[in-house]
Amino acid sequence: MKTIIKYVLLDLLKNKTILVYTFILAAITISVSGIGDNASKGLLSLLNITLLFVPIISILFSTIYFFNSVEFTELLLAQPIRRKTMLLAEYAGIAIALTIAYLVGVGVPICIFFYNLAAVILIISGLFLTLIFSALALLIFVLFKDKTKGIGAAIIIALFFILLFDGLLLSFIYSFSDYPIEKPLLGLISLNPVDLARILVLLQLDAAVMMGYSGALFKKFMGSATGSIYTVICMLCWTIIPLITAAGIFKKKDI
Amino acid sequence: MKPVLLLHIFLLYAVTWSFATIIKVHPAVNSIHHAANIAHSGDTLLLQKGIYKEHDIVISKKLTITGEGFPIIDGENKYQVFIIASDSVIIQGLQIQHIGKGSITDMAGIKIVNAKCVTIRNNRLINNTFGIYLQNTTRCNIVNNMIHSDAKDEINGGNGIHAWKCTHLSITGNSISGHRDGIYFEFVTDSYIAANTSFDNARYGLHFMFSHNDTYTQNTFKSNGAGVAVMYSKGVIMCDNEFVHNWGDASYGLLLKEITDSKIEHNRFTKNTVGIHMEGTTRVDVRRNIFQDNGWGVRVQASCSGSSFVENNFIGNSFDVTTNGTMMLNTFNNNYWDKYDGYDLDKNSIGDVSYYPVSVYAVITEKIPPAMILYRSFLSDIMDQVEKVMPTIIPDMLKDDHPLMKKLKL
Repeated sequence: MKTIIKYVLLDLLKNKTILVYTFILAAITISVSGIGDNASKGLLSLLNITLLFVPIISILFSTIYFFNSVEFTELLLAQPIRRKTMLLAEYAGIAIALTIAYLVGVGVPICIFFYNLAAVILIISGLFLTLIFSALALLIFVLFKDKTKGIGAAIIIALFFILLFDGLLLSFIYSFSDYPIEKPLLGLISLNPVDLARILVLLQLDAAVMMGYSGALFKKFMGSATGSIYTVICMLCWTIIPLITAAGIFKKKDI
Repeated sequence: MKPVLLLHIFLLYAVTWSFATIIKVHPAVNSIHHAANIAHSGDTLLLQKGIYKEHDIVISKKLTITGEGFPIIDGENKYQVFIIASDSVIIQGLQIQHIGKGSITDMAGIKIVNAKCVTIRNNRLINNTFGIYLQNTTRCNIVNNMIHSDAKDEINGGNGIHAWKCTHLSITGNSISGHRDGIYFEFVTDSYIAANTSFDNARYGLHFMFSHNDTYTQNTFKSNGAGVAVMYSKGVIMCDNEFVHNWGDASYGLLLKEITDSKIEHNRFTKNTVGIHMEGTTRVDVRRNIFQDNGWGVRVQASCSGSSFVENNFIGNSFDVTTNGTMMLNTFNNNYWDKYDGYDLDKNSIGDVSYYPVSVYAVITEKIPPAMILYRSFLSDIMDQVEKVMPTIIPDMLKDDHPLMKKLKL
């Protein structure tokens, strides 16, 4: 397994896309941090960038990479190696590469410019998003045979979590606004890792607004230790469940 | 020459007649009661250091009661201590503690009833239900007292300084904490509240009802349960105050309800859930204030009219302004908004395009508070941008036609 991870990593570094990704993230982070006159404004822009770019890039890049290395996968499967091990090793390789890219591109500049709790939580949620969306990419790779279809699915999934889900949630809020929907909302929000990440960071930044009527309820739950643990568990589920499903499907898949 | 001599003699006699004796009081059973009984009008009671367990001390003569080294007068959690029913009494340098709770009477450390020109200064009032209680008084001075209690909730606690039906009070330099309301005014007119610090109170830092023509200035209101409430009054002047960190789901820096012809100037609102909440106000002048890092800078309900917001700084608020309708009878002019992204081609440091301070998301969350859970998502950003190009939801009457390009130096 270690050997496979090593080769995947080496291959990704040769690929240079990861380097470009790192460089772009670093450039954006540094420029955004330099402009703002107050720290929370800069962190907010970075939050938006993380929530927008990290899911899209992670899922698209991973999907394309998995489909491009189909031959390498087939070659490996000819060896006496378990399918599950092979698949997870490939996932681990790409997840590690993207994680390093995110840490270098966003993590290091953030720690230099604003070192506080909000920044740390932003980095953690960015890492989780990377892991989650590359796991989803693996699921796509296993489910689709055709590369084009796979990329299409990746784009749709990314857009769904970034935009569509919130739209649906807003219309849900509008249509049920006469009912006490705060608690169901908390449940619904765990269905979207991007929203979870956003609220975790916002609780640190826009605390005053979150103390408004219903914000207070969200803060009471999400801001508490139980809430944080719940969120982290949700994020972990979002990483592990796609991985297990993918491994299960891949085991029986006719290649 | 003669009239002058006569005057001299008269003055000399006047001095000798009012020649005050100083009565030293030592801790003993009912020693203050006794001293207050034998003292003549104009005398001074000098309380020596120690603990006095006395209660319901009625002062019905013009006395000066001075403590040396903060003598402690203890109400044993059952009684009230001083009741002042005479004009020109001075109480200073005492520590009054553990006043009881009563369901019939409001028990207070120092209660002033139907008196004029009473001065209460440099005292410590600790763990009392009510600290200082003024009832139908005129021209009293409450200066530099430290008033602290540990009221757990609004029902059981009393107020730090409670004034009912008074005029011309001067309340300065006090530090009040842990009461129900820090300072409570009801039917108090022409009074002056300055340089007080009111913090960690269970309900309001300052609570104002039916109190006209009062001024409060240079006070600090910090971390109170619901901030400061000013209601049903006219001619109130609030300047140079600081409203800090009043956080909670029903918490305001400053709550204005039914306020008429008042001025709010040079105040600083920092880290409150809502900076100013206005309801049913008329002709309130909000000028040269700083609103910084609040959840909502200003919430102006549609029931307000004729108010103006001029030359304020709005910096780092999550929402600058919000309102609950489309009607807006108040004006915003020459403010600095850190979210303004217009341009200034003629370089007169006034932006060339109007600024609409109510963001679309502020409108949505005003209508449906749970929508706050989608705040700052990509979707809400897109909605804001679309609304900027084609305003349909935001109240288009609420705008600043002359937004400043640079922060005002306040």
